Amino acid sequence: MDKIIKIEKLTKTFGDLKAVDNLSFSVRSGELFAFLGVNGAGKSTTISILCGLLSKDNGIVEIDGLDVEKNKLVINSKLGVVFQNSVLDQTLSVIDNLKSRAALYGITKNEFNTRVAELSELLDFKRLLKRTVGKLSGGERRRIDIARALLHKPQILILDEPTTGLDPQTRKLLWNVVTTLRKTENMTVLLTTHYMEEAVDADYVIIIDSGKIVAEGTPLTLKNTYTGDFITVYGGDEAVISELGYSYEKIRDAIRIAVPNTAVATELIVSRPELFTDYEVTKGNMDDVFLAVTGKKLVGGN
Amino acid sequence: MIALFSMIKRNCKVFFKDKGMFFTSLITPIILLVLYATFLRNVYVDSFSSSIPDGVNVDDKIINGMVGGELISSLLAVVCVTVAYCTNVILVRDKVSGARRDFLMSPVKQSIMGLSYFIASAISTLIIAFVTLTIGLIYIACTGWFLSVGDVFLIILDVIILSLFGTAISSIINYFLNTNGQVSAVGTIVSAGYGFICGAYMPISSFGKGLQNVLSFLPGTYGTSLIRNHFLSGVCDEMSNQGFPNEVIKGIKDSIDCNLYFFDNSVSIGAMYGVIVGAVVLLIAIYILINAINPIKKKK
Repeated sequence: MDKIIKIEKLTKTFGDLKAVDNLSFSVRSGELFAFLGVNGAGKSTTISILCGLLSKDNGIVEIDGLDVEKNKLVINSKLGVVFQNSVLDQTLSVIDNLKSRAALYGITKNEFNTRVAELSELLDFKRLLKRTVGKLSGGERRRIDIARALLHKPQILILDEPTTGLDPQTRKLLWNVVTTLRKTENMTVLLTTHYMEEAVDADYVIIIDSGKIVAEGTPLTLKNTYTGDFITVYGGDEAVISELGYSYEKIRDAIRIAVPNTAVATELIVSRPELFTDYEVTKGNMDDVFLAVTGKKLVGGN
Repeated sequence: MIALFSMIKRNCKVFFKDKGMFFTSLITPIILLVLYATFLRNVYVDSFSSSIPDGVNVDDKIINGMVGGELISSLLAVVCVTVAYCTNVILVRDKVSGARRDFLMSPVKQSIMGLSYFIASAISTLIIAFVTLTIGLIYIACTGWFLSVGDVFLIILDVIILSLFGTAISSIINYFLNTNGQVSAVGTIVSAGYGFICGAYMPISSFGKGLQNVLSFLPGTYGTSLIRNHFLSGVCDEMSNQGFPNEVIKGIKDSIDCNLYFFDNSVSIGAMYGVIVGAVVLLIAIYILINAINPIKKKK
């Protein structure tokens, strides 16, 4: 797959603060790329530079082989952005909002009607078209935000914490749409999120802290590298388990033992079968990965 | 072109559908109308009567025509600028709401965006200014009508020029504002201050000589004088026809700023048009220039 986004040695400083410090990564075409970090880690700055909304100090930022700052208007037609907060006009109706935004891409009349029909079907907002945006619920408004970002069939969709504060139904709908568009239109998705289970589905994940990459890889690689496995024993005797020499925690009706990897878990279970009559082995999750590499927990994460 | 027209339409719709913004823009004309109706009218009548020599009898219709013309010309001189400021607030609102970022992500040049805000603001201002003008003309028709068709056309021209002046100056001011707090602060200054410095609330002739000289450098002053001249020329002609001495008419015109002086030199109507139109062209050029500068922020 081709690299559709290339960032090399990107640096951005605000006064004494290095918001982005020698950051390098690339995103392949059609990939779901997750960008994780606590607030202030440099995610929004990087995305603003990528979108051409902020100038860089140093480094290379290219989209589809084009320099972002020198080819802003061409690149803008390739990008669709769902911002953290809704940027639609609250006093106008949904259809008026979409019409004014579509015209910016030269999409009018029949072409606009066709596209709106497709998107309203996909995102289930046909009944909302004549309603005022300011009177929609958070979930309804988010669907319109996404429709706005998809109006011009962008090659790259940037989702900046798109599901924060959304109900599970809308989150599910959003991810179904993203999955469909990736399959049917080979759309590249760059995601920042606080929900770790969303990062699990990504093709590639980078975690940044203080403007630097502190970990990167596929979710499986990250989990294998930065976390161990857990054996959850149901109805086990805490006194006996404490003698095994591994750290553990007592949960409601079970004991969760932390082991370095799956091989150690297997060895332990085989060596003490009398202790493991009712158990399950699980890998560490992305929260554990994030905690292990940054020492911080993502606020708002599950 | 599609993007430009669409953005103009969107900006006008946002303004007229946002009740807060729309009614805020009407506050200045409403306050002025109430002030004039309650006590300023009487002040004007007394002021006009005191400038008439003893023993000269003046028809009530002339007094009403003179006072009404002064009232409505003052109102329009202020409205064209203060309403333009309010209609241009959309630019700042878009920065606050994030809509501006959304537009910056589209493949439309920043200069087109800037132009759309300017044109939309001018259209919205003109709509409100012409509604105000219509109400004003109805008021004058009821109290004392001395306007010719030519006067009305010149008044319409003045309203257009003053609205463009107000739009251009507020476009530049609002370009540099980023928060609702800044908008409110500047809005208060504009609403309260502009009427004084353009000679709408009080004639510049009533100020001290030094202040008169300073204010003669401001283009808005000439806009007010133009519109006042065209509202009152019919009344003055009628007074002349009725045998009022030219000195008396000149004295009245001096006292209500129909005659303006730049360091004791009388400014002709043509020169007044030159100043205000020149100011509009210059301000629009500055606005285009600041929009043409790379919009990418250097800082967060």
